[in-house]
Amino acid sequence: MAITGAVLVLFLIGHMLGNLKIFLGADAFNGYAEWLRTVGEPALPARTILTITEIVLVAAVVLHMWSAVSLARRAARARPVRYAVRRRSQANGYATHVMRYGGIVILLFVVWHLLDMTFGVVNPEGYAATPYDRMVAGFAPSRWWVTSFYVVALAMVGLHLRHGVWSAFQTLGLAGGRSYRPLRALAGVVALALVAGFLAAPLAVTIGVIK
Amino acid sequence: MNLTLKIWRQNGPEDRGRMVTYQVEDVSPDMSFLEMLDVLNERLTLAGEEPVAFDHDCREGICGMCGMVINGVAHGEQRATTTCQLHMRHFKDGDTVTIEPWRAAPFPVIKDLVVDRSSFDRIIQAGGFISVPTGAAPDAHSVPVPKDAADAAFDAATCIGCGACVAACPNGSASLFTAAKVTHLGLLPQGQPERASRAKAMVEQMDAEGFGGCTNTGECTAVCPKGIPLDAIARMNADYLKASK
Repeated sequence: MAITGAVLVLFLIGHMLGNLKIFLGADAFNGYAEWLRTVGEPALPARTILTITEIVLVAAVVLHMWSAVSLARRAARARPVRYAVRRRSQANGYATHVMRYGGIVILLFVVWHLLDMTFGVVNPEGYAATPYDRMVAGFAPSRWWVTSFYVVALAMVGLHLRHGVWSAFQTLGLAGGRSYRPLRALAGVVALALVAGFLAAPLAVTIGVIK
Repeated sequence: MNLTLKIWRQNGPEDRGRMVTYQVEDVSPDMSFLEMLDVLNERLTLAGEEPVAFDHDCREGICGMCGMVINGVAHGEQRATTTCQLHMRHFKDGDTVTIEPWRAAPFPVIKDLVVDRSSFDRIIQAGGFISVPTGAAPDAHSVPVPKDAADAAFDAATCIGCGACVAACPNGSASLFTAAKVTHLGLLPQGQPERASRAKAMVEQMDAEGFGGCTNTGECTAVCPKGIPLDAIARMNADYLKASK
């Protein structure tokens, strides 16, 4: 969970920074998308870096899900008889207790997001349009429900990171007595920064700042 | 005060078990939770019924025998308190109190609220010791121990092995218990030679017993009557990774 999660968090940071290029205009955004496909040329064939990234990401997602499922199955085996009284969290860990449901929501979101922005299947502009046009069309004010779904899904991503980031340090044995407060703070900052950074572009399109 | 108790009754390991409702009257707020159950049991015995079986020994919070899930919380809602040290003043007249045994596959119910925690013993046997040469007792202070290490080791050594961490964990993991044992030996100079192999052996035994995996929910620390901190688990993970390299 920790290592694959770390790979995905690093990807999210890069993805978020790339998204923010939309505020620099259509040329900068489309140019960035093109750069992702041509980086390393001519030393490397086109799309080499992008393809490697895609393979690493798919592997990370699959292994992350496999870890989560095996942990959930072990948990179910370890407690065959459930408590009659529903346990209340004693550790104030709301984020902690929505990790599994949240993960499913995030997975569904990623599927929609790929169909929307990568393959253009559910995007009004379709696959042939430039990335900038897909963004502007996808989050147009009339498609407010898509933006709302993104807001909900990103809130789940935020909660996932709120627990996941410090939890990864704990799992890898890198946390210690005095580092809990800074690690939890780091998790909160990473979660907030990523959610805010990701929401900036869709919300800007929906309220008409970016056209 | 008068209370309604809903207690898990199970005649033996093979019995399916059920919740049974009892009324207890005239409970003094100064009674401990176990004394309140004693009152119920006296009444059941006089009426010719089978008393509720529950584990207890020292009744001063240091032996780790008692333990039950009270209204969904291991050892009840009072923090850093064993069931025997939980007093009835924390309840109100007319309350309904649900009492269940620890629920975990590696803790099979023997009877009513009594569970078999031998799985903890086997985790200790797997590595919760240091190999020392026998002979005369060494001179005091012949092995210097840094004060911080001594304090942290002692804090971890206060684990009484009650099993509340397992009972509270949504994953049924025994990581806090195992980590406390790994920490209390691993921080002291005498525990260094076997430090990595100890963590590996104990974690593997813990997994073999059928406990779940840790997802760092922190529920264990919250209910631990000795307040064993979560960083013990990080230390166990670090030792385990070192041994697995």
